[in-house]
Amino acid sequence: MDAIILQILNGLDKGSAYALIALGLTLIFGTLGVVNFAHGALFMIGAFCAVTLSKILTISFETIDPTQKDFLGNPLVVKTPYVEAWFGPEFGAGLIDWAVPLSILFSIPIMIGIGFIMERGLIKHFYKREHADQILVTFGLAIVLQEVVKYFFGANPIPTGAPDALTGAFDFGTLLGFDPNTVIYPYWRLVYFFFAAAVIGGVFAFLQFTTFGMVVRAGMADRETVGLLGINIDRRFTIMFGIAAAVAGLAGVMYAPINSPNYHMGMDFLVLSFVVVVVGGMGSLPGAVAAGFLLGVLESFASMNEVKSLLPGIDQIIIYLVAIIILLTRPRGLMGRKGVMEE
Amino acid sequence: MGILEVKDVGKRFGGLQALSDVNLSVKENTVHAIIGPNGAGKSTLLNCLVGKLIPDTGSVMFDGQSVLGRKPYEINQMGISRVFQTPEIFADLSVMENMMIPCFAKRDGAFRMHAIENMHNEKDIVEKAEAMLEDMNMADKKDMHAASMSRGDKRRLEIGMCLAQEPRLLLLDEPTAGMARADTNNTIDLLKQIADERDITIAIIEHDMHVVFSLADRITVLAQGTPLVEDDPQNIRGNPKVREAYLGETG
Amino acid sequence: MLGMNKKDTALMIVVAILALGAPILLNPFPTESAMAQFNAGYPDLMQRFAIFGIFAIGFNILFGLTGYLSFGHAAFLGVGSYSVVWMYKLLDYNVIWGLPLAVVTAGAFALLIGYVSLRRSGIYFSILTLAFAQMSFNLAYSVLTPITNGETGLQVYTKDPQVLLGANEANSPHFFGLVMNSSSKIAMGGWEFTFNNGYYFCAVILMVMFYLAIRIFRSPFGMMLRAIKSNNTRMTYTGLNPRPYALAAFVISGMYAGLAGGLMAAMDPLAGAERMQWTASGEVVLMTILGGTGTLIGPVLGAGFIKYFENIFSKINDNILHGWFSFLPDGLEDFVVFIIHPFIGKGWHLTLGILFMLVVIFLPGGLVEGGQRLKKLVTSKKDDSNNTAKTEPAE
Repeated sequence: MDAIILQILNGLDKGSAYALIALGLTLIFGTLGVVNFAHGALFMIGAFCAVTLSKILTISFETIDPTQKDFLGNPLVVKTPYVEAWFGPEFGAGLIDWAVPLSILFSIPIMIGIGFIMERGLIKHFYKREHADQILVTFGLAIVLQEVVKYFFGANPIPTGAPDALTGAFDFGTLLGFDPNTVIYPYWRLVYFFFAAAVIGGVFAFLQFTTFGMVVRAGMADRETVGLLGINIDRRFTIMFGIAAAVAGLAGVMYAPINSPNYHMGMDFLVLSFVVVVVGGMGSLPGAVAAGFLLGVLESFASMNEVKSLLPGIDQIIIYLVAIIILLTRPRGLMGRKGVMEE
Repeated sequence: MGILEVKDVGKRFGGLQALSDVNLSVKENTVHAIIGPNGAGKSTLLNCLVGKLIPDTGSVMFDGQSVLGRKPYEINQMGISRVFQTPEIFADLSVMENMMIPCFAKRDGAFRMHAIENMHNEKDIVEKAEAMLEDMNMADKKDMHAASMSRGDKRRLEIGMCLAQEPRLLLLDEPTAGMARADTNNTIDLLKQIADERDITIAIIEHDMHVVFSLADRITVLAQGTPLVEDDPQNIRGNPKVREAYLGETG
Repeated sequence: MLGMNKKDTALMIVVAILALGAPILLNPFPTESAMAQFNAGYPDLMQRFAIFGIFAIGFNILFGLTGYLSFGHAAFLGVGSYSVVWMYKLLDYNVIWGLPLAVVTAGAFALLIGYVSLRRSGIYFSILTLAFAQMSFNLAYSVLTPITNGETGLQVYTKDPQVLLGANEANSPHFFGLVMNSSSKIAMGGWEFTFNNGYYFCAVILMVMFYLAIRIFRSPFGMMLRAIKSNNTRMTYTGLNPRPYALAAFVISGMYAGLAGGLMAAMDPLAGAERMQWTASGEVVLMTILGGTGTLIGPVLGAGFIKYFENIFSKINDNILHGWFSFLPDGLEDFVVFIIHPFIGKGWHLTLGILFMLVVIFLPGGLVEGGQRLKKLVTSKKDDSNNTAKTEPAE
C-alpha cells in the first residue's frame, strides 16, 4: 500500500509537467489548428529563464581580503554578489536562494513575448498549409531554439537549486499512519504539483469565466461561425498562443530544480507530450490534463522493481505502448470529441 | 426485383432520426431520381449505399448481395460507382493518369503489387483510357494537369472515370450543383447519352427539377427521412403530396 | 533503355557518372591549394553521400509519393546496422551475409510498424511512427542490451564465434575479399585522387537503388501511390484499397533504410542506438525536402548537400574565418567572424535548423524546384505562353 502511494506521488511531478505542456499544445492545436513541434523548446526556454535569473542574481564583484590567505598563500579573493551588496547580505542571499520561484515573474513576460513573436513571425503563415509543413517548420524552429540555448549555456546540464527551505523531504507516510520513512516525498515536488494544479486551474478559469475565454472556446468549437459574428478571432488566438507559451515556460521554470536544465530537455518532453495529447484526445483540454497525470503515474508504476522484473523494459516504453493502443482502439483519445481529427 | 433493393433502412444520429423505413427499388437499366427538400436524408441514404455509413436497421442489397458492412472500395468493386457533388478527381495527376487508375482498378482489383512493371507494357489499359477520354471529348486534354481544368471538365472527367470501371450502377450526387446553365445542359446531354448507349443503371440525387425531369424514368420523393411517394415523372408532377412537401416550397 | 524513357535514361546516366566519377569530380582543387579544404573526395565523406542518398531515396518513396510523413525511419537504419554487425560476429566479415539480412529484418520491422501506424493518417501517423521509433530506441538502450550492447554499441570482439572466418581472411569488412577500407591513391600533377573500395561498393548499390526507384516511380504502383497523396477519397471510391499500397511503400522505404544502415556498418563495423534517435529521422526528412520531395534526383541532392556542408561547416574554425576575411579592416574582420562564429564548428546544427525552416517557408519544392524556377526565369523570355498548365513531370 505504501509503495503504491509512493509511486503515485512520484508520478505526479512528471505528470504535472506533461499536463502543462500538453495543455499548451492542445490550446494551440485547438485554436490555431497548428501542430507545434517547437512547444518542447518553450518548456526548455522556461527552465533556462530560471538558470538565467539565478546567474544574474549571482553576478559578483571581487574584493581582496588581506586578512585571509588562499591555499597558495595569496590574499584571498572574495566574491560578493551585487545583490548582497545592494540589499544587505541577508536579503540578497535570500533573493539568490529564491531565484527559481522569482523566475516565475521574470519568465512570464519573456515567454509571452516569445510566443507572440513566434506566432506573428512564423506560425501565422502556416495556418493554411498542410500539417506536414507545420510539423516540419516548427521542428526546424525547435532545433534552432535549442542550438541557440546550447550556444549560450553550453551542452552540460546546469544544476539549479530549489530554495533551501524547500529542499528537504516530507514524510508523507506518517500522515497516513504508515511507519516513518516509508513514503518520503521531496517538498519541491509537492510544490511543483500544487503549482501545476494552480496554473491549470487558472487557465481553465480564464477560459470559463472571462468573455475572452468564452470567445476562444467558441472559436475552438466552430471557428467560422465566430468569424462570421464579426469577432476578430485571430487576434485572440495570438494571445492564446502567448498564454500557451507562458504555461510551457512556467512548467519549465519550476522543473529546473527537479531536473538540471539542459538544451535538449525540450525535445525529450515534447515527444512524450504529443503522446499525452493523443491519448487525452486531440483538442480536448481536460483530456490533455487527465492524460498527462495518468501517464506520469503509469510511467512511475512501470519503473517499480516488481513490475520491471515481470515485464523487463516496460518502464521505457509504457507511455508509447499506451498511446499506440489508444490510437488504434479509440482514435479520438480518452476525452476527445467524436469526429475531431479521427482520420 | 431491382438491381438495388433498399429495405426498411433507418439511421439515427444522436437525437436526429435521419432515415426511417426507407424502401426503395431501383430497376435495372433505368434512371432513378431521388429528390426531396434539404435535410430530407438524401445524402445520408447515398452514404448508406456506398459504405460510408452503416444503417442502424434494414438491409441494402445490390444484385442479390448485401452491401452492409463492406468497405467503400469493396462495394465499388461489386459494381457501384459514385460521382460526388464537388468533383473528386486526382488533382495532382494528369488527365490521362486519372483515367488509367480506374482502368487498373477494374482489371486488377483492389490491390496489386505491380511495382516495377512498365507503364508502356500496359497496352490494354492505355488503349482503354484513351478510348474513354475520346468518349468524353477530352482526348486533347490528355496531358493536362487535372487541377487546372474547368469545373465542367472535372465533372466530365469524374463521370468518365466512373464509367471506365464499367459499373452496373452509377450513383450521382447532385451532379450539376453550382453549375452554369450551359454546363448543366451539357451534363444532362452527357448523362442521357450514357443512359441510352450503355448497359447501366443510374441513380441520381438532384435538386434541380429541370435535370430530374429531363432524365428520370422513375422518381422517389424523400421527405423527413422517409419516402413519400415513388412514381413516374408525369405522375410526380401532379401529385399534391409532393407539391406540398417539395415543389410547393421551391415553386 | 532498361525500360526507361529517354529522360529517365539521361537522369540515370547523370547519376552514374556522378557516382562513379565522384572521387575525381569532388576533388577539383589541388591538394596544396588554399581551396583544398572544400574538396569532398574523401572516402569517408563520399561513403556518407552514397549511404544517405540511399536512405533518402527510400524515404522519398514513402513521403514523396504517398505523402505519409514518417518520423521513425531511423529505427530501420539502426536495425540494419545491428543485423550486419551480428553477422560479422557470428559468421565472418564478408558483408554478403549481413546486407541481405539487414534488408529483410528492416522490412519485417517496417511491416509490423507500418501495419499498425497506417491505420491512421496525417499527424497521427507521424506521431505513431515517432512513438515506435522512440520505443525501439529506448529498448535498444535498456532491455535489449544483450542484442544491442546498450550504450557501448555493438562491435566485433575477438572472442566472437565468427565461424566462417578463414585463416587469410581480412580482419575488417569486405565483399569476397574486396576490403572496404582499402583505397588506391593516384597523384596527378597537384591533385591526388582516392579510389576507395567501400565507396565504390556503396556507389554501385546507390545506382541500383536509384534505378529501382525510377522503375517504382514510373510503374502503375507508383501512380497508385501518387493517387493516395492526391485524393484518398477518390481512391477508395474507385475500388482501390489504399492501405496495402501505402504499406507496401512503407515496407519498401523501410528496406531502403535498412540497407543504408547495413552499409554504414559495412563501412565501419559498429552499430549504436543513437542511429535510431528521432533527430536522425528528422535529418532524412530534411534531406528529402531540401532536395525536392517527390522528385527522383532531389533526395540524392539533398543528402549530398547536407552531408557536404556538415563536413565543411564542422571543419571551419575561427582561424580559418580570420584567414578568409583578412582583407577586411581589423574591426570589421573581427565583427564578421563574430557573426559567423555561432554557425560553424559545433554550431552546424544551428545552421541546419535555420536551413530547415528556410526551405519549408520559401522553397517547399526544394532544390529541384529552385532549379526549375531558375530555368523558367531564363527561358521565359523566349516563350512565356507555352509552359503553363502542363503537368510538371517528377524528375
